[in-house]
Amino acid sequence: MIEVLDAGPLTTVQDLGRPGWAHLGVPRSGAADRGAVRLANRLAGNPEGAAALETSLAGPRLRIHHDCVVVLAGAPCPAAVAGRELALHQATRLAAGDELIVGRAQRGARTYIAFAGGIDAPPTLGSRATDTLAGLGPAPLRAGDRLALGDPYGRPPAVDVVPVPEPAGEVEVALLLGPRDDWLAAGALDALHAAAYTVDAASNRVGVRLTGPRLHWARPQELRSEGIVPGAVQVPPSGQPIVLLADHPTTGGYPVVGVVAERALDRVAQLRPGDRIRLRPVPNPV
Amino acid sequence: MNLRPVGERGLLVELDDNATAQQLARHVRDRFGERVQEVVPGHTTVLIVGARRRLPAAELAGWVPGPQDAAAQVKTLEVPVTYDGPDLGTVAQACGMSVEAVVRRHAAARYTVAFLGFAPGFAYLIGGDPVLRPGRRSQPRERVPAGAVALAGEYAAVYPRASPGGWQLIGRTELVMFDPARDPPALATPGRTVRFREAAGD
Repeated sequence: MIEVLDAGPLTTVQDLGRPGWAHLGVPRSGAADRGAVRLANRLAGNPEGAAALETSLAGPRLRIHHDCVVVLAGAPCPAAVAGRELALHQATRLAAGDELIVGRAQRGARTYIAFAGGIDAPPTLGSRATDTLAGLGPAPLRAGDRLALGDPYGRPPAVDVVPVPEPAGEVEVALLLGPRDDWLAAGALDALHAAAYTVDAASNRVGVRLTGPRLHWARPQELRSEGIVPGAVQVPPSGQPIVLLADHPTTGGYPVVGVVAERALDRVAQLRPGDRIRLRPVPNPV
Repeated sequence: MNLRPVGERGLLVELDDNATAQQLARHVRDRFGERVQEVVPGHTTVLIVGARRRLPAAELAGWVPGPQDAAAQVKTLEVPVTYDGPDLGTVAQACGMSVEAVVRRHAAARYTVAFLGFAPGFAYLIGGDPVLRPGRRSQPRERVPAGAVALAGEYAAVYPRASPGGWQLIGRTELVMFDPARDPPALATPGRTVRFREAAGD
């Protein structure tokens, strides 16, 4: 059992989410950086979809109540137990009574803390993920919370090297065009590619808000609401694009100019306020 | 129908109207089962997200809407309403009728669930009385209570949980529109017929 001494700015339980319910207004949710939670779980000897903790910019302080194994992945940050530094990507044995302190991310935004056996919270619609917009799943962590762990699945694998690129403060991602790229005014796509947009502080698990050159619509009228996927880049009337993440609304009336490729979305999920992103339009024929 | 790409695994199909979109959504679920991860109706669209890859356009070629079937034979959802919403007077004025007429027309209408979005279980209902179409509030409310019965433009809805909202509130219901522990979790599912009735005074 894990006791939360200090939750940090926003720490939530995340797994690979609850796909298949978008027609009822429930997005997939789950870890914003899916590659990182999968990695943390694999290194802990868990199935990739086990529930772990996701931090935002800084981590929690936890008291461990029984022996367990922990792995960190995602945004590198200082982490220590009993004065010993914990490196990312390393299965570390913790003992009953230990206090695990996960600090501020040095690069990137979200660190994943996986325990062997996974977090044993009651699932909602098949997932333990916290959806911060829909209000489904466990509440975000608060001091005093106690989290049960499942039984470990087996020994963590013996691993020497985990060659994972670190989160970067400036990224370029492919933007698969559609479904409504034809709603943009002529020249807007070129302007989009030419510019590096800056990540706004008002970004969260719902989406990354970008500031930069306005994208103008070619058409004045609003779009009737249609389904949206994670990674969709919406252009609201302000002309400032939003890259939707895990807790996105499932339908929307703002045109989606393109969708960030799924693997690349993990890098977008690691962007901090002030970071820069370039969206490279790529044709996406049906 | 028109097909548009949505990322690596998605296809957005544009149809003529919502009834056709509901038919296509049912066809895709029945025909392709495990190969699709999401089938999300919109007002006149269906978003199809493949489980592993995009559904090839050729698989949908040749699909034509059939005669309007009896909308998947799901029973009409009856929503009991206490018509005491804070915007009832505003709506009556905007639509040029008495409050009683607003209530009467709302309760007489046969609505259809066009699609869900905005929040789990939030169903956008269409097919209401064409004169009962008030615009949204100029200032949204910070908090609309769960169960609020609302109107905005061409849509009617019931707020499944408390949230900010800009719709005109004409009443409230005790019906729990969304419960993740229930099967199915949402009462107002795509294509379902919905009717409102004045709740028996308690």
